[in-house]
Amino acid sequence: MQIYVCAKHVPDTAANIKVVGENGFDDAGCKFIANPYDEYAVEQAVQLVEKNGGEVVVVTVGKAAAAATIRAAMAMGAHRGILVTIANQFLDSQTTARALAAAIQQDGKPDIIFTGKGAVDSEGFQTLYRLAAAMELPVVNEINRLEIADGKATVGHEIGGGAREVLEVALPCVLGTTKGLNEPRYPKFPDIMKAKKKPIKEMTLADLGVSLDGAQSELVKLEKVPERTGAKMLGGDVRQAMEELVRILKEEEKVI
Amino acid sequence: MATIGILIETEDGNVKDTNFGVLTAARSQGDGTIVALMLDGSADGAKAVLEKYGANKVVQVSAAGGDLSTSPDLKARALAAAIDNYSLDALLGMASAQGRDIFARLAASMDLPLASDCMAVDLAAKTVKKSHFSGKTFATVKMSGPVVLCALRPNAIEAVEAPADAAVESFAAPVEDPCLVKVVDVKKEAADTVDLTEAGVIVTGGRPIASADNYKILAECARLLGGTIGASRAAVDAGFAPHAMQVGQTGKTVSPRLYIGCGLSGSVQHFAGMKTSKVIVAFNTDKDAPIFEKCDYGFVGDLFDIVPVLTEVLKEKR
Ligand SMILES: Cc1cc2nc3c(=O)[nH]c(=O)nc-3n(C[C@H](O)[C@H](O)[C@H](O)COP(=O)(O)OP(=O)(O)OC[C@H]3O[C@@H](n4cnc5c(N)ncnc54)[C@H](O)[C@@H]3O)c2cc1C
Ligand SMILES: Nc1ncnc2c1ncn2[C@@H]1O[C@H](COP(=O)(O)O)[C@@H](O)[C@H]1O
Repeated sequence: MQIYVCAKHVPDTAANIKVVGENGFDDAGCKFIANPYDEYAVEQAVQLVEKNGGEVVVVTVGKAAAAATIRAAMAMGAHRGILVTIANQFLDSQTTARALAAAIQQDGKPDIIFTGKGAVDSEGFQTLYRLAAAMELPVVNEINRLEIADGKATVGHEIGGGAREVLEVALPCVLGTTKGLNEPRYPKFPDIMKAKKKPIKEMTLADLGVSLDGAQSELVKLEKVPERTGAKMLGGDVRQAMEELVRILKEEEKVI
Repeated sequence: MATIGILIETEDGNVKDTNFGVLTAARSQGDGTIVALMLDGSADGAKAVLEKYGANKVVQVSAAGGDLSTSPDLKARALAAAIDNYSLDALLGMASAQGRDIFARLAASMDLPLASDCMAVDLAAKTVKKSHFSGKTFATVKMSGPVVLCALRPNAIEAVEAPADAAVESFAAPVEDPCLVKVVDVKKEAADTVDLTEAGVIVTGGRPIASADNYKILAECARLLGGTIGASRAAVDAGFAPHAMQVGQTGKTVSPRLYIGCGLSGSVQHFAGMKTSKVIVAFNTDKDAPIFEKCDYGFVGDLFDIVPVLTEVLKEKR
């Protein structure tokens, strides 16, 4: 099987984000990781290739430092990487998807393209759909069950309210993964060393013929969500405290 | 004057309460026509509640070429046809599991800009304010396409009634199913639970809840508040709760009016999923627990002593 995995290089969710200027952040002073949902994608791709043979290629659009995310995926078992380098801190999902589609089309013929369900930095929840549209492929997101047989994938996902949906989709397709699909492996030291020797192809948006002019959304302002400054602590015994709490929630906050 | 479409979500044929905040968001964009689009459920039955919040038209959308419920792509195509037919300037909806999926399909197929998980929208300026970096920052995103698509976080905007008169009509979209993805089964696993991402009130139990059974204590309290229960990853990993109940970075992102954390330490990853809640209350035995630094109201004590008393007080004060 020829499997592509789209993995984004994102700030660690535990990292402190320092806003710089109107719409930037201090990315040099911030730890980055592979987008957590994309790890389920890498793990699933590697497991399928371990079982059926084939190759796993990781594709990332990001600054040069994003190569670290490709190396991390390689330590988990991916064979090759493609890094589409950009200068911007933020790239709209239309341009990103076009770049991912062009890079994959130029490289080979996918049986499956895995992505994460969403990126924890931009919280866009759309790049995989745009990628699928650009490549005229079917797409299903947030899958936590997957079976492949007879050129067809049967996938499952939650649709809210305690309901699960089962869907069928023909290969090739784009599948967005989420928690519950598998347990991403922790690479061992020899795997990390081996990953350093695996090939990464680097290219630019221009090399792929993708222009920035197609962008229809732009991040114009970034601001910290105001931090709560500490709780108003309730006093008295449990009974008094709960009576006071219910009064506050009803009369002052008006939330119940 | 703008014409704004709203994608209405229903459950078992009933309009979910979380739609009303979306209608309010549309109403607050100035004078305009509000067209409520329904892909399932009955438009006739929905008319009364939808006009209470300002809908001017309620449209039952169907597809000439198939059954909407079995094909998410057919839904997207039918919506695209409705956008054209009613000359919509924007389509608003909810960033629920289903809402996110349908909006992303629509955006991709029509090559339109989409912002998901929005906290606010300004259609005149074509900007949205949305969560970014797991709730640590807000981003203002400017959109420049011919139609703006915006999926709002459930409960992000408080619903305010604004009565209008609505006409009900049907629209059979002249679209075919591309037959790419087929829904073959829908299983209802947990009955009568309010969906976590859409709940107005959430009572969450952390690791010290100690068993699946003990969640009943929280569930009774949550029920009185019209809400539902959640769990931390520590509780899910220990097997006390299913993953569907997990709030946080690797679980659900929620934005209720009221979030009550019982026995939560206040980890960054948990807060990534509930930081935008309007009011956060915490109960913890440790007066120095980090959660007390980042919530609105706190009380030091054992959740097993506190929650039953809270339930009692709520029953009395109903
Ligand atoms: C990549 C990654 C992703 C993660 N994603 C998530 C996620 O999505 N969601 C999530 O929740 N976590 C997530 N975590 C885990 C997170 O870091 C914390 O470990 C977890 O949230 C802690 O859960 P807790 O607060 O229930 O338990 P603990 O940290 O054990 O805290 C329990 C608290 O309860 C108090 N307590 C003890 N007994 C009682 C009692 N009887 N009554 C009242 N208070 C009591 C204690 O003082 C303590 O403060 C993630 C971690 C990583 C590394
Ligand atoms: N810059 C990128 N490079 C590689 N993959 C990406 C990039 N941006 C988004 N993706 C993929 O698309 C998924 C959804 O991203 P988003 O639409 O930004 O939430 C992510 O989980 C990734 O798998």
